[in-house]
Amino acid sequence: MPAPRVCILRVAGTNCDVETQYAWELAGAHAERIHIRRLIERPALLDACAALTLPGGFSYGDDISAGRIFAAQVQRHLLDAVVGFIDRGGLVLGVCNGFQVLVKTGLLPFPGETGGPRRCSVTYNQPRGFQDRWVTLAAGDHECAFLEPGRRYELPIAHGEGRVVFSDEPALRRVTDAGLDVLRYVPSEAVPSDEPFNPNGSQADVAGLCDPTGRVFGLMPHPERFVVATQHPRWTARGGDARSDGLAIFRRAVACMAPGRALATTSE
Amino acid sequence: MSLYRIEIIEIEAPDAGDERLAGRLREAGLPELGAVHASRLFFIESPADAPLDDASMRAIAADLLVDPVVERFELLSAGQEVRLPPGKTCVEVHPRPGVMDPVAESVLAELRAAGHAVQSVRTARRYVLDGAFAAPRVRQTVARVLANECIEEVVVGTLGLRPAPQPPLREFRVRHVELRALNEAGLERLSREGHLFLSLDEMRTVRAHFDLLGRDPTDLELETIAQTWSEHCVHKTLKSAVVYRGAAMPNSTHGGRTGPTGCGPEGEAAEVELRYANLLRDTIVRATDAVVAAGRGPRCLSVFKDNAGIIEFDEEYGVAFKVETHNHPSAIEPYGGAATGVGGCVRDVIGCGLGARPIANTDVFCVAPSDWPADAVPRGVLHPWRVLRGVVSGVADYGNRLGIPTVNGAICFDPRYLGNPLVFCGCVGLIPRDRVEKAARPGDRIVLIGGRTGRDGIHGATFSSAELSDTHADEFSHAVQIGNAITEKRVLDAVLAARDDERGCLFSAITDCGAGGLSSAVGEMGEHTGAVVDLERVPLKYAGLRYDEIWISEAQERMVLAVPPQNLDRFLEIMRQEECEATVIGTFGDSPGRGRDAARGGPRLIVRYAGEVVGDLDMMFLHNGLPRRERDASWTSAHRAPPSGLNPDADPGAGAWGSDRSAPQARPQAPAPGSSPPDTPLVSALHAVLSDPNAASKAWVVRQYDHEVQGGSVVKPLGGPGDGPNDAAVLRPRLDRTRGIAVACGLAPGLSDLDPYWMALNAVDEALRNVVAVGGDPRRTAVLDNFCWGRVDDPRQLGGLVRACQGCHDAGVAYGVPFISGKDSLNNEFALDAADVEPLLTTIGRYLGADGESRRTWGETAERIRRTGRLSIPGTLLISAVGIVEDVRRCVTADLKCGGHALLLVGGLPRVGFDLHAALAVHVAVADAITAGLLRACHDVSDGGWLMGAAEMAIGGARGFDASPGLRAAPDAFLPLAAAYVVEAAEPETLRSRLDRAGVRHVLLGQVRDERTCILGDERTDVAALRRAWSVEAGDGRL
Repeated sequence: MPAPRVCILRVAGTNCDVETQYAWELAGAHAERIHIRRLIERPALLDACAALTLPGGFSYGDDISAGRIFAAQVQRHLLDAVVGFIDRGGLVLGVCNGFQVLVKTGLLPFPGETGGPRRCSVTYNQPRGFQDRWVTLAAGDHECAFLEPGRRYELPIAHGEGRVVFSDEPALRRVTDAGLDVLRYVPSEAVPSDEPFNPNGSQADVAGLCDPTGRVFGLMPHPERFVVATQHPRWTARGGDARSDGLAIFRRAVACMAPGRALATTSE
Repeated sequence: MSLYRIEIIEIEAPDAGDERLAGRLREAGLPELGAVHASRLFFIESPADAPLDDASMRAIAADLLVDPVVERFELLSAGQEVRLPPGKTCVEVHPRPGVMDPVAESVLAELRAAGHAVQSVRTARRYVLDGAFAAPRVRQTVARVLANECIEEVVVGTLGLRPAPQPPLREFRVRHVELRALNEAGLERLSREGHLFLSLDEMRTVRAHFDLLGRDPTDLELETIAQTWSEHCVHKTLKSAVVYRGAAMPNSTHGGRTGPTGCGPEGEAAEVELRYANLLRDTIVRATDAVVAAGRGPRCLSVFKDNAGIIEFDEEYGVAFKVETHNHPSAIEPYGGAATGVGGCVRDVIGCGLGARPIANTDVFCVAPSDWPADAVPRGVLHPWRVLRGVVSGVADYGNRLGIPTVNGAICFDPRYLGNPLVFCGCVGLIPRDRVEKAARPGDRIVLIGGRTGRDGIHGATFSSAELSDTHADEFSHAVQIGNAITEKRVLDAVLAARDDERGCLFSAITDCGAGGLSSAVGEMGEHTGAVVDLERVPLKYAGLRYDEIWISEAQERMVLAVPPQNLDRFLEIMRQEECEATVIGTFGDSPGRGRDAARGGPRLIVRYAGEVVGDLDMMFLHNGLPRRERDASWTSAHRAPPSGLNPDADPGAGAWGSDRSAPQARPQAPAPGSSPPDTPLVSALHAVLSDPNAASKAWVVRQYDHEVQGGSVVKPLGGPGDGPNDAAVLRPRLDRTRGIAVACGLAPGLSDLDPYWMALNAVDEALRNVVAVGGDPRRTAVLDNFCWGRVDDPRQLGGLVRACQGCHDAGVAYGVPFISGKDSLNNEFALDAADVEPLLTTIGRYLGADGESRRTWGETAERIRRTGRLSIPGTLLISAVGIVEDVRRCVTADLKCGGHALLLVGGLPRVGFDLHAALAVHVAVADAITAGLLRACHDVSDGGWLMGAAEMAIGGARGFDASPGLRAAPDAFLPLAAAYVVEAAEPETLRSRLDRAGVRHVLLGQVRDERTCILGDERTDVAALRRAWSVEAGDGRL
């Protein structure tokens, strides 16, 4: 069976595209980095793909706010193409800056409501400032093409605008009641730390969201930065434990792309 | 024309405001301040023939500028008043005209792409302070902590809605400088007032050249010569002939031969006279030649000739490494100075060979103590905590945006960096081995890519040769630049795409457009071919630049490439795809329209504007006409010979991010007579060394840097369950291979006053030990030198520099470590306002320990400051190292791993007078033990001594140790050492017999404990307490 194809969409300021490509390929996909200008010229490029990835970076410098201008370009040129792609059963992954873009286009958490007012955002960390450190995460029970329900993941974050916020309590509850807050920051069991386990003040400790189908998924942590054992900050002390939590995310998605493993193809 | 002002206001916690900003303002001069609310302003202008109306402007604000979940906006159009709420003080901070404003550029581009007819976009920041304050006081306070008047205008109240200022248009006219008529005083005045910074001798040479031509130079020609001959571009001091008189060099006979090592202390050495025909070539380059000739070291692919040095990584790739300083700009505008320092160094790597891909950044800062009394800062100097905070943010913002991990660095505190903080930026790149060589060919088009040219950064190259003073901020504000990292990312993506095109590399040469601007870039690339440039083709940020300004502007994010005509279309197509502006501005090689002095033959640099020749220079004169000087250097030791076997030094060292330093004020002092000693003297002393700013945790810096982007991270700056310091970074640049590189640094400015020779050796030793400690191969390690010195017109300062160079030579040859690239920054002195001299001396005195070497040499240093009115930095040498790691899976980190394992001290030599070959034996033995899998943890010992090293390992491992045996066997637990490591071994006997066979000294210090308590003889301390001592943040809660 040929490897499923993945489109990694890049713009000026994208900077995690190469290692994201490596992560997909290690997981068994065939990934290609495509500049947004090319996709705008030929949106049909998506037809051959099983997944679309919006990788990390500082798209257009994160000027105005993180992912804002990239989101505006997607809204102007690609929204129909991407919504069509999702409806046909394609997977969408947004990592860090890519997650910010998915939220700011309205594709997360409800891709069917992109035209309406936005109730969710990703904004400045509380306390403010860029942070690079490792966090512990727990997957929820909602079916998601990328996550094993209930599993814990250790992954690095590297962002200054990762706080997930909702416009009001009902907007938050609508997401948590449906279980779309599918990845949350949790305290580490392995390492005692003085630092708060929720690194950015996200409401309900949200680290990642999926849509109701579980096929569109975005997260602030970087799964592509933990696909081999030596990327873990304590690998020299972990002995033979070579489990790479980030790779597990890409592998699960590739398994979902295989025939017979497809998730439901209609939105709820 | 229509003009709108859109204010973006956060809607979260509407009453609280920004407590962080309020805290800073209270400390800086408004203690009674209540809350502060910050907001962002956008000014959007549209043309008169197609003005945007209220509705479309509201749509722009709602759809693009505001985040509806957390923000709201207020819209004002021209003619409407800005509301100033009663009982509050409003302050606006506007970028000065012409200063880079990346957000405005992005918004403008996006609005135009969306089809809006927009003429200009500007941004500003607004602060609303609770309370009515007098305008001058607020302005001053805001200017001190939230703005920089060098690049920004601070307005109390409001600037209202003002149209964008239009730069004046000036008529084009070729201007000549009447050089030939000037006498010597006139030449000197022209050099100083024109910011040429050429010596009288050099000015005479230029005059003679034009006398011969029978004409006066144009302003552009004179500028070109000044840029090309600047210290920054040509390193004329390090390359000059030097006669050295003074104390002999301990390890070497002059001329590169390494003599018997381990001579007596330098105080006993005889006086000698040494002649260097070219200081750099006869010391540092000679060492590299000797190492290469002996077949030692890594395979060197390019040394000292390109923008970066290159060594072999594997059969397909080389590793390029460059380190630069950006001291002067960072002194005036720390954020922008450091950011553009990163940008320049990264461009050096992109512009090395036919383009290397940057894979890691490094940064080292030398600053005055961040708790400097706020009322004791001399005129013209920024507070050191503000400098440090600014440079850290600058490096973080620029490096993070570029997607290059910042992986290694150090911070070093010393009062004498007050006027001249040092900012070293390094960049490592990966380059295919068939892309190492480059040469522009006649007929190649000169293509300028990246950012547009503005008036920013004019005279940066010559400014860097000037001495700073209390008025420099005004005089040189034009030399300060603000960067736009995304423009540089576009350049990077575009250059790599053109390098790796399926038809082969599309260009034949590339270089950074950095110091000296086009003048230097085109001048260097065309040295052997000649070049013709048409300046009116250069894309400008705004109209009104004179031709000479275009030529020497150091506007950021630009590179120059030589593109063969047959590749031009394809090249320009790739630039369009990558959204990177590219413009043909001329041709390399002789041109049909040669200039006026063509009769002399040889390649020429011809510069035209609108068809008229505004510069025509002989490349031979430009590159080889600089008069060579012979300089005098002297060195007499002012110090007593150190007692044999003991290390007299107790000066502040550097604080590697990770590691291991202490400064005199924190060094354990003998209790004063009459005072009672503490119950736990060892523990108290250990806590003191850990909490010294030079040694304390740099986590607050490291966490702001993305050190993992690109996915190659193997050994991180902090590691283990306790996030302790590691010695070097290890990266795996090719994700599908197991080979890696270790990146490290070393510096020992604390030894500079005693003897720069030993400072150099200790810096090299430290850099090498840091590489070895993580698993790097000392036999495949290369180093870079970066000198920062005071005024080398002073023979004693130059004498110190000569000794440091000779130290580099001797270390390189003895260790088999080649130097592959280097840079120097001279004249790092600050001319003080006379009234500031005595108060400054008093403040510095308070930072010196009661005893120790710095106190002993202080009298002499203070006398010099009094006599000259200038504060000089201590001579500082940064050694950066890159070493090959054969298999990253064998890397070792510093955190303690397992209770019951043995803890040993391996090696350990006095820092002054040590035997270089004995030191190398230690490094090799430790590296071999790591390869053999015998070490579970390894950490280098530095200024804090072995006990501090062990404590850092305990912090990282969140484990304790019992070092009681070590305290008996190696009692001087805080003695700084060279060539020393603390290691954890599961099978100590195997290790010990190996070390015995290698003739390397070792001492059993004790055992690792899984319990989080450290046992020091009769004393105990918790690892948590050690961690608390070490975690004191520099500048925590300060200005």
